[in-house]
Order: sequence, then structure tokens, then C-alpha cells
Amino acid sequence: MDLASLTASELAQWLCRGEIGAEEVTRAFVARVKQYEPAVGAFLTFDPEKALEQAAEVDRRRREGKPVGPLAGLPVAIKDNICTTDWKTTCASKILANFRPPFDATVVCRLRAGDAVLVGKTNMDEFAMGGSTELSAFKVTRNPWDLSRVPGGSSGGAAAAVAAGMVPLSVGSDTGGSIRQPAALCGVTGLKPTYGRVSRFGLVAFASSLDQIGPLARTAEDVALLLEVLAGHDPLDATSANREVPPYRELIQQPLPTIRLGLLVDQLGEGVDTDVAQAIREAVKVFANLGVEVKEVRLLHHRLAVACYYIIATSEASSNLARYDGVHYGYRCDEHRMEEQLAEERRRWAEKGPSSVAEEPDPPMVRLYRKTRAEGFGAEVKRRIMLGTYALSAGYYEAYYLHAAKVRRLIREEYDRTFQEVSALIGPVTPTGAFAIGEKIQDPLAMYLFDAFTVGANLAGIAAVSIPCGQTREGLPVGLHLQGPPFAEPLLLQLAYWFQRETDWHRRRPTLPAPDKPAL
Amino acid sequence: MQRPYEIIIGLEVHVQLLTQSKLFCSCSTEFGAPPNTQTCPICIGMPGVLPMMNRRAFELGLKTACALQCEIARFTKWDRKNYYYPDLPKNYQISQYDLPLGRNGYLEIRSPETGQSKRIGIIRVHLEEDAGKSMHDERAGKADSRIDLNRCGVPLLEIVTKPDLRTPAEAKIFLQELKLLLNYLDVSDCNMQEGSLRVDANINIGVNTPEGPIPTPIVEVKNMNSFRAVERALTYEAERQYQEFLETGRRLGQVPKQTRGWDEEAELTRPQRTKEESSDYRYFPEPDLVPVVVSEAEIERIRTSLGELPQLLRERLETTYGITPYDSDVLVSQGRALVQYFERVATLCGEGKLAANWVQQEVLRFLNEHQVSLDAFPLPPERLAELLIMVRDRKLDTRRGREVLARMLSTGESAEEAVASLGFVDVGDAEIEKICRLVIAQNPKTVADVKAGKIKAVGGLVGQAKKINPHVDPAKVREMCLRLIEETA
Amino acid sequence: MAITPEEVRKVAYLARLLLSEDEIAEMAAQLSRILEYMEILRGVDASHVEPMAHPLELTNVFREDRVAPSLPREEALKNAPKHDGECYLVPAVLGPA
Repeated sequence: MDLASLTASELAQWLCRGEIGAEEVTRAFVARVKQYEPAVGAFLTFDPEKALEQAAEVDRRRREGKPVGPLAGLPVAIKDNICTTDWKTTCASKILANFRPPFDATVVCRLRAGDAVLVGKTNMDEFAMGGSTELSAFKVTRNPWDLSRVPGGSSGGAAAAVAAGMVPLSVGSDTGGSIRQPAALCGVTGLKPTYGRVSRFGLVAFASSLDQIGPLARTAEDVALLLEVLAGHDPLDATSANREVPPYRELIQQPLPTIRLGLLVDQLGEGVDTDVAQAIREAVKVFANLGVEVKEVRLLHHRLAVACYYIIATSEASSNLARYDGVHYGYRCDEHRMEEQLAEERRRWAEKGPSSVAEEPDPPMVRLYRKTRAEGFGAEVKRRIMLGTYALSAGYYEAYYLHAAKVRRLIREEYDRTFQEVSALIGPVTPTGAFAIGEKIQDPLAMYLFDAFTVGANLAGIAAVSIPCGQTREGLPVGLHLQGPPFAEPLLLQLAYWFQRETDWHRRRPTLPAPDKPAL
Repeated sequence: MQRPYEIIIGLEVHVQLLTQSKLFCSCSTEFGAPPNTQTCPICIGMPGVLPMMNRRAFELGLKTACALQCEIARFTKWDRKNYYYPDLPKNYQISQYDLPLGRNGYLEIRSPETGQSKRIGIIRVHLEEDAGKSMHDERAGKADSRIDLNRCGVPLLEIVTKPDLRTPAEAKIFLQELKLLLNYLDVSDCNMQEGSLRVDANINIGVNTPEGPIPTPIVEVKNMNSFRAVERALTYEAERQYQEFLETGRRLGQVPKQTRGWDEEAELTRPQRTKEESSDYRYFPEPDLVPVVVSEAEIERIRTSLGELPQLLRERLETTYGITPYDSDVLVSQGRALVQYFERVATLCGEGKLAANWVQQEVLRFLNEHQVSLDAFPLPPERLAELLIMVRDRKLDTRRGREVLARMLSTGESAEEAVASLGFVDVGDAEIEKICRLVIAQNPKTVADVKAGKIKAVGGLVGQAKKINPHVDPAKVREMCLRLIEETA
Repeated sequence: MAITPEEVRKVAYLARLLLSEDEIAEMAAQLSRILEYMEILRGVDASHVEPMAHPLELTNVFREDRVAPSLPREEALKNAPKHDGECYLVPAVLGPA
């Protein structure tokens, strides 16, 4: 029996019945990681010893008849922008390469309390800025369906780890699509919860008003299982919602109510791969067969979403990332070399005579900041910091940040109006399947436009899920995007659950190179 | 003669709020801990942390804004002020920008020159977090600066006045009045040595010319570490600006705003380095904190709970107890507890002025000498009142009253017991009259002098009377002698 | 809307980034292209719209004024690139940084 091929819910049942032990399960997944990690590169930290310790503890507790949590014995991987005391939290950035937080994120505490077996930290685009995981400072993660392609991002490691069967459950973060997009490209199920549903305490901020932690797994049921543990009010997060966590697993299995879905037809036309569009239309038929009415809708403000998103996200990021300055933690540039350079600049400046104040070399502290940040951040992070700083700076604030904040409300209001007519929206998660590694790396704008369908949900703060719904002619997974009103997780997961009862896309597995063969 | 210039001063005051914990985390705000022992991931601004607003700090801010007669924002929010400094670990400060807690208020002060009341406008009152401390040993030359983050995240209230202050002395009076108000509100201890009150001033002058006053460029003066320093620094700076104007003729708008620091030892202000770009703070709404909505009922509740504040308290003391503005000022400036003590004594002995004198002179002297607060003063008001009733009824003169008080304080005896221990005997009016008649009869020359208008000569008769009976009240004797002499005239 | 190399230089200073001349030129070109795309927002009249800073419009979230233990100093300084056991160390700061 290949334990690693089972879903988390199946494993949980087996564990609960005592047919297998947590250590056994953990060993099976550890073996998978050891086999396929060299090819896929999903992890930044992988700690089988700690994982097995936790598993042994769960087994001991179960043997002694003590109560165990809902995730007892299930291996879970954590994106490396979520703070853990056990392991470094690098955000895949050189600037935090050696940062070991003195505290656990609230979700990590919840996972521990739920008796999950934490196995390590997954790769991502640096500071979650990117959609391909190519922008990690440490390694490239490959799509298990085609190792020459990206897994998507920024939670690329999280999605690839689930797709490759290296973990049954994975925790990612979604600021503009960073859970849903890699879930789509890797053929797994991923949820971006409503803003405030899951605590952000301990999630290294990219854009605070957009960030949300969420689950990735094979099935809607598994996502519900993990969400039940992650979700809930947190007194450490002022933006967390103080409302009860519903029993998602129970709710999603109930028969579908009579509802109407809105098909975002504008997302099936120009610029969208015909295979993707076709997969979505097939999905519509599945829902129709389930008795769900599907109506075509248009979100007129959606064409503004990417521009609006990149102003707000980068503005917030420019401030959130100001703290990485080489003073209190993290990377600091070589001070000795910096001093030498400055001395040389000062000498040249003095020779020229202080003709202009602007040419005066920086004071040492300023130069330390600038050099540390120049060396510590990657190109995309710098680009976004620049864009955000510009959008907030004197003379541009009104035209950029403030205007975008207003457009954001228009986008939210349009969603609200639409949800008066339909219970949820369906469409594609991405315009195409996974693209080739290196394909978009030289073109930031093309990379941004790849987020066109996902950023709206973050701007509006609503719930959205991505589920596998087909394949392109190259055999790459296609993701179906379901978006619902705030706190509509039960409905979205219910739709996903029933869709997955009717389809087997979520059960398909990539064919990975045989373990004895060296990786690419 | 017209002064050569008018001074225009506005103040920016930061006060530390009296909370147990910091504004956004649970670290202690206690002063004086060893460096970096009162920090946590939140106030260090570690990756992943979030701020959480301290309810008490918000309430204290609201209380102050109400006491300063501000319009209270029904909807207020937090903003980030972005700038880089090593004592600001997040490299942004959480503050309030366009929707401060309060705006458009005022504080009434009494002008030292005219004795009249004057309203000093308050532009805004807002909450923000403090930064840490960078320490640099200048003598060490190129050595590193050291950063202590204990203060980081301590709640501050920023209070900005309108440029309504016209003299450095007025600025000082304003600060004293503000400090008093904040003490009365229990909002801040305003201890300048510990940095819980900090003042920056914006100052310029209007040079009087036949064509009207010409304003000079505004200068921000920093680094003033006492109220006295504020007065001296501003006096210096006004004169410096005048001299500079005479030399350069530069007026407002011709040069960018300058920042100067007060050098206490050299007694002058020096220019401080600033960067032009540092003013681009890129404020935007703090996404990690949610806004605060304040209801009308809440504001009303706070307004009614403020208690009697110094300005009105002084007026009430003056009208209720018939004391002078000077007296009420001294009493009120000592704080609520002393005022309550005074009121109790004044009510019991029925004479406000007498009570005011004794509280100011005797009670305060004791507290100063022993460096203690009122709760360590051994006499409850009832006991002091007993003594003052004797003084009021002329059973004791002031000098003897003081002796009795000293004994009461050292032995714990009641007024009556102390009088007895000291052997002071109350000499009755009949007895005094007898003695007076005797000394008048024995000293015809003195009596003649008095009759001739040399009233002072009556002192000789008082001396004689004290020889006959040392317990007589000299004031009573003096009065009686004068009356008897007049009767015989 | 185009952004000039001079503006890029200013913004880089504000953001405390150090860019080489080549990077400045490249950044100016890339940002200009992105900002040009942002022009799509110009046509939207949002003058009467309340800006949206938070997706979940909560208000009045407080914690009580209670002290909890701070981080032990060794823990706090552990991640610091340079410290003397008591304080964080940085190059001499005399003026603004």
C-alpha cells in the first residue's frame, strides 16, 4: 500500500482506526521527499528527524488513550514566510537567510495543537513576490507535471510538494493568487480564505491588507480539514475576524442547495488558452449536471484589478519591507568593504570640490542600509519596493495609492452587487497552464498580467478556491476558480467537494522520473 | 517705546502616557531598565509580527483631547510614517495623520505680564509610538552607535499648539499649565528628566518696520530639556533671528525651515543637520490596525469623568474660600490631594485665607523639608483645623501657633495637648484689658506719643504687657491698648 | 507615464536601495512600462468613492493594558548582525540616517 497516494482524510481515518501509525505515515512521506525532492526542489528546510519525533509522540499519546487533535499524525509542510521557532524562516530571501524567529506563527501554534506532523518549510518566490517560484534566492522549484516548467507561485513549493505526494497537506499564503495559482498549475486544491478568517500573526507581511494564509491539499475535503485547524479568531491579529469557525468538513458533504453560479465569460476569451477555456466550459457542464444553474456574468471593473493590485500591494510592501535593513536581524553588508568604498567616494568628491550637495556620498549609516538592501534583496523585490515607494511619495500619493484605494472599493462593490445575483463565480485561475522556467522572467509586466484572474479576490477580501478541472493538450493541469462572498468558504468547498465527486482530475498524479534516475 | 519685534511661538509637545504596557505590545513601559530588556518581537519589529492597540492608551489620549476642549474624531485611524532610523526598527512609526484623535482645542493660561487669561489654541492631539534610543560616545570617534529599544513602542501623545504664544515666558507658563492638567488627568507624569515630556518649538519673529511687521524664517528648536531651558532657548533664538534679520534681511519663505538645537552649556542654538527628503514620510493607512469609532455617549462619559480641572478649580477656590489668585495658583499647582486637604481644613476652620496661608507655608514647608508627599504628612486635616481654630479665635498668636504645630508634628499630640505641654495659657479678654490698663497707666510718655500719631510706639506697651504675662497675644494687646488710648483721648 | 533616471535615483534613496547606473537605467525602463500600464486606472472617476484600506471593515479592536514578560535580551540580540551583548551596534549616527 502506497500511503503517500492517499488523501489526508483517508489517512486520518486509517490513523484514527489505529490501522496505521503516525510514524509509519511520516516515514512513507519522508521516503517520498527523499526520492523526489532532488527533482522537484519543493523544500527549503526538510527535517525528517523532528517530523518523526512529533509522529512518535502522537503514536504514544494515542496508545495511552489520550485525546489527539484533528490532524494527528498527518504530515504538513509550511511555506517559508510563516514563522517557526524550530526552523529558519527565510522568505526565500538572502536578507533573511539565517533568520530564526523566537516565536511561532499563530497558525503554527494551531497546527501543533492539532497534532500535525510538521516536516519543514517550502520554497517560494522571495517575500511571496512572484508567480513562478523562480524568484527564490535559494533554488528553483519544478512543476511535478513537467520538470521544465514552473510550479507557479509564490507558494510553488507548497503546491509542488502536494502534487508530488511529498506531503498530504501544505500551508501557503495568498496575496494576489499565491495559493490558487500554483494549486492550479500543479493540479491540487488550494483555498484563499476570506481576509481575516485565518490569523496573519507570524506570516511575514508582503501586503498586509491582501495577505491571507490558506491550505493546499489534494481534495476539497482535505482543504476543509486543514482549514478547520487554521481558521479562527486571534487576539494577536487586529484584522482577524471574531466569528465562529464552522465545521467545514461536515458542511461541505451536505447536498448542494439550489443556487446559481456566475460564469465569468470575459475570462474565457482573448488571451486565454483555448484548452483552459474548454476545461472551464466542461466544468460548467458538471455543475449543470449537479443541478446548479450557471449564468454568464461580467465584472466590468475586473480589467482594473491588476493595476489596482500592483499599486496597493507594492505600496504596502515598500513599507513592510523597510525593516530589512541589517540592524536588528538578518543580513548586513560587509561593513569593512562598505567603509572603504565610502572613503574612496569621499576622496573623489573632495577632489572635485563640493559643487553640488546631491553628489555628496551617503553618511555611513545610510550607506549601510542601502548596500545591505541592495545585496540582500532580489531584483523583483527591489522593483516592487521602488514602485511602491514611488506610489506613496509626495506628489504621486493621490494619483497612485489613493486612487487605487478608491478603485479597490469599486471592485469590492461590484463583487457585492454580483453576489446579490449569483452565489459564487466560476472561471479559470490562470489564462494558460504552467509556463516554462525562464519564459517570463525577463518580463515583469507579463508576469503581473498572469495574475489577472486572481488578484480581485484579494482586493475585495473575499474567499476563493482553485480546484483541478482538466488538462491542456500538453497534459498540464488546469485550475477552476470559484469565488464567493466573504466567509463563503463552506459553499465554495461544498461546490468543490461535489465537483470532485463527479470528476477525477484531483486524483490524477504526475509521472515523476524513477527515483533511481538522477534528477534534471 | 515699541519693541523692535514680536515673537511668534508654537509648541509641539510629546508626553508619555501612564500605561503599564506599550502601545502595541505587552512589554513594560517602566523607565530605567537595562538596555534591550524590555522588548519583544513586536516592538523590535521582527518579521511576521502585528501590532495590537492598547485600550488604556487610547482612553488616556481621548481623555486629554477632551480636557483640551478638542473636537473629538468620531472615526479615527492609524497611519504609517515612513522614515529610516536605527532606533526605529520597523523603519516606520505608527502614528495618526489625517484623522487625529482631537483637533481645534485650546488651553487657557494666565499671562504673567497682564495677569489676564488667554486661550492657546491646540491644532491637534494624536497618539503615536515612541522610538528607541541611539547612543553615541563622541569621544570614541569612529566607534559604533549603540541602540537601545526599550522605549520603542511606548505610547506618546503629540500635542501641537497654534502659534499663539507671544513670549518665551508665556511658552513656559503654557507648558506648566499643560503639565498640571495632565497630572490632574492622571494621563502622564510629565517627567522631563525621564523623557516623558518633550518639547520642540517653532519660532519666528515679526520685525516691526514702518511698513508693518516683517516675519523672519521659522526655525524649529529642539533639545530643550527643562521648562527653564525652553524659556532661555526661545529668548536666545528670538534675539538671534533679529540679529540675523538685521544682517541679512532674510524673511519668511526665502529659506527652507531650519532646525536648531539648544546647547544648554553654551547657551545658544546651533543648526542641526537635516535632509530635504526626510520630510517625504509617505504616510498611508496602517493596514495592520483597524480604525476606532468613538460614540457621542463615550465622549460624554469621558467628559463627565474628567473631574475638576485646574482652571475651573482655581476659580472655584477663589470664590468659595475668598483666597487670592496667587493662593489658588499655589494650591492647585500642588495637585488634587493638597487641594482636597486645603478644602477640608478651610471648611472646618471656616477661614479660607487662614487655611491657605497655613497650608502653603507650614504644610508645604514640611513636605519640602522631608521630601515626602502629602500622604506622608502626619496631621490629618481635622487636627490642623483644630489648631487653626485656636489661631482664628486668637487663643494663640501665629508665632505660638507655629510652635504648637511643630510639637504636634514631632510628638503626635493634639493641638490642645501641645498647647498644654508647651505651657501656653490662653489669656482671657478681661485679663488682657486689666494688663493693658496697667501698662497705659505706667507709661504716660508712650501713650502721649501714640496720641500724637506715632502709632508704632504702641509696641513698647506690648513689650511691657508680655513682661507681665508672657502668654498674652501681642496682637490683641496692641489692639486693646490702641482702643483704650483712643477712648481716653 | 514615464519615470526618469533622476526620479529613480531619488526614489531609490527614499527606499534605501543602492542602484548602479545600469540598474537605474533598467529600472527606469521597467517602471515606465509598468506605470504606462497603470494608466488604465486614469479613466476611472473615483473622486466620490471612499478609499478602501481594509477588506474586512472592523473597528475598535483593542488589547487590555497588561504587561507580559519581554524577550530575554540574549534572545532579542541573537539574530542581530552586530551587537555588544547589551545593544545593537550600527555605524556612528550623528545626524539623520
